[in-house]
Amino acid sequence: MSDHLQFLGYDTEGFFDELFNDGNQPRPEGQLLVETINSLGVGELRMRQEAIERTLMRMGITFAVYGDEQGTEKIFPFDIIPRIVGAAEWSRVEAGLKQRIRALNCFIDDVYHDQNIVNDGIVPRELLEDARTYRTECHGLSPPRGIWCHITGTDLVRHADGQIYVLEDNLRCPSGVSYVLQNRMVMKRSFPQVFNSARVRPVIDYPGRLHNTLRYLAPSQVDNPTTVVLTPGIYNSAYYEHSFLAQQMGVQLVEGRDLVVKDGFVFMRTTTGFERVDVIYRRIDDDFLDPRVFRDDSMLGVPGIMDVYRRGNVALANAPGTGVADDKVIYAFVPDMINYYLNEEAILPNVPTYVCQKQDDRKYVLENLDKLVVKAANEAGGYGMLVGPHSTKEEQQKFAHLINENPRNYIAQPTLSLSRVPTIVDDHFEGRHVDLRPYILYGEEIFVLPGGLTRVALRKGSLVVNSSQGGGSKDTWVLAEPGMPSGEMEP
Amino acid sequence: MLSRVAESIYWMARYVERAENLCRYVDVTLNLILDQPVGAGQQWEPLVSTTGDQEYFNEHYETTDADSVIQFLTFDRDYPNSIISSLRIARENARSVRETISSESWEALNEFYHFVLAATNNGGRVESPSEFFRTVRQYSQLFGGVVDATMAHGESWNFYNMGRMLERADKTTRILDVKYFTLLPSIADVGTPIDDLQWSAVLQSVSGLETYRKRYHGLTVPRIIEFLILDRAFPRAVSYCLTAADNSLHGITGAPTGEFCNSAEQRLGLLRSELAFMRVEEIVDNGLHQFIDSLQRKMNSASKCIHETFFALRPVESLTMSQNQSQG
Repeated sequence: MSDHLQFLGYDTEGFFDELFNDGNQPRPEGQLLVETINSLGVGELRMRQEAIERTLMRMGITFAVYGDEQGTEKIFPFDIIPRIVGAAEWSRVEAGLKQRIRALNCFIDDVYHDQNIVNDGIVPRELLEDARTYRTECHGLSPPRGIWCHITGTDLVRHADGQIYVLEDNLRCPSGVSYVLQNRMVMKRSFPQVFNSARVRPVIDYPGRLHNTLRYLAPSQVDNPTTVVLTPGIYNSAYYEHSFLAQQMGVQLVEGRDLVVKDGFVFMRTTTGFERVDVIYRRIDDDFLDPRVFRDDSMLGVPGIMDVYRRGNVALANAPGTGVADDKVIYAFVPDMINYYLNEEAILPNVPTYVCQKQDDRKYVLENLDKLVVKAANEAGGYGMLVGPHSTKEEQQKFAHLINENPRNYIAQPTLSLSRVPTIVDDHFEGRHVDLRPYILYGEEIFVLPGGLTRVALRKGSLVVNSSQGGGSKDTWVLAEPGMPSGEMEP
Repeated sequence: MLSRVAESIYWMARYVERAENLCRYVDVTLNLILDQPVGAGQQWEPLVSTTGDQEYFNEHYETTDADSVIQFLTFDRDYPNSIISSLRIARENARSVRETISSESWEALNEFYHFVLAATNNGGRVESPSEFFRTVRQYSQLFGGVVDATMAHGESWNFYNMGRMLERADKTTRILDVKYFTLLPSIADVGTPIDDLQWSAVLQSVSGLETYRKRYHGLTVPRIIEFLILDRAFPRAVSYCLTAADNSLHGITGAPTGEFCNSAEQRLGLLRSELAFMRVEEIVDNGLHQFIDSLQRKMNSASKCIHETFFALRPVESLTMSQNQSQG
């Protein structure tokens, strides 16, 4: 290929671009990267991009192509141009996320105990009780150290106004952090010199911090707690991540069938007998966790584990029941929660949200379906969603019907003009829309990983970044403040 | 370690070893045919019969020639014991224990699988079959070397080594059995150049011709049997393999060699000492085929005991705390 991937002539086309300003000049924090890429020889950037793709294939970071009997496997699309976040902006994001997680944890603890926020009329009772992820089984539960949401992935987007908004909270089993680490690893091999001079903050210590977060939850009488990662198994789409995290933390990866409950404790089946387990990072949903408490047809869980949890003899991360805060209708009330529990104003705003349960909101939504994004309260992965400006009349009618049928299940938001990052398209760069999922650990203190998963909608004009719908990922570079140590250590 | 993890490592090892041995059978037959243009067709039949899956072969293939046997043993996705199927199973097992084996081991196996998969998806058309099988063998040896060099030789590795060695012992007995069976009926051939060629091929298929020559020089059937079954130093000889498997088994349990604390150790120990004190004349006098038959039965029984001792689900009622409580 004789292409010459350079930024000369790159046009932001009026969108907010993370790397270039409105005058098509590199932003200060991206200057070094742009210069480095412009100085590469003909075809060199593509060569590096292809080398990365080969590395990912060799490492087997792949998914099976559904319905393909030849055993074809593909890597998740990865684009070599990173998203860069400046130090000042990041410190605001970090403060906003810590504040949000603290408030959400208060909320979850409250709704499973006294329900003050409902009694005080901040969150309508029927909205809470109708949330499909609200677990009456969790009433009165007091998780170790009072922490419910130990691992959170929060989706952020930047709109045309330059403001960063919170799009969604993921407090059940957020995935993707393994891609943050792998993307960084392959990028370091491609641009070793840029990493040092650009002062990119490291992400490599995530597994160690996760392990500390988990060990912090162990029952107090246990000196040297045994921690495990619980996976649904190799056919789960996030299996690679489960195995990667277990490997990086140096703990066992277990399946439900490896665990057994006896005499009020959880044990795993080993070659030398049964060994007690103290902390479980579970990557299976509440629904499947314990067939005696939740879905009784679950083959993935461990019968009786909830009973052991209630007795405080095993810790689960995240705690069962956190999904209530994932509900997209409950989401609309998070700024109120921050106000209610912390007596603070939200640092990171929500996207304005219309709750279809409210009559006025519903009327507005139904009249403006062609302009809004409509989301079902409990869907993920970009499903159950209407993107108004990109939809047909039939799709809008279908959603009008769905909303009237079950208003509780729907919210609507203005269609945001997500910011873009230059992305390789054939032989040149084009802007593609991105979001950002930082990861937050809540243990002895709250830690926000400086980085996160930048997901990119690879189809031209598309706003849907989910990997199931044509999305890919990019590395995310959070820059160090002057004087702050930076630079990645080798793992 | 988890029983499920131990079992997956054990089977990962067995299936990679199985794929390598299949590759060795095919490769050596390809070589043999180059040396004897006449009657080459018959050379392929024993490869099918040694699998024990003649019926499947007859149903799916019309002729017993090089193309169809290579397709059957190497690229047939529906035949569960072909090279591609063995590697697929090995890789699935590896995938389920990826956090336990070293990253390098996983990557080596992953690349191995993709190499054979690419040829399979190409309909099994390879430019040079002998070059292809040489590469397959190299991938397998690379995998074994990477495992040996990057994993701690503790419990995980011992399960790996036990699986690898038991599979290898089994395959060496099979190739010997089949060749003996097909060669000896024609008593007239004994001592002729063709016979030498055939027996050299047997030794070559286990990479043993050079070592054999250094030790014994001339080819005689009893010495070849002695070498392939009773040799204590050659890494593909049955006795060597069973000793190595037994050492790994004791490495897992911590019981001293020469003693036993479970049925697997008892069976394997018996078998190992039987071979250690056996003379090749006794094997030949009583019939090689009968001997191999009984050897295979005993190895199968040891494998069953390994399964029951380490992998089988024990009832919760028998729950006792593990002796070595340790941070995982």
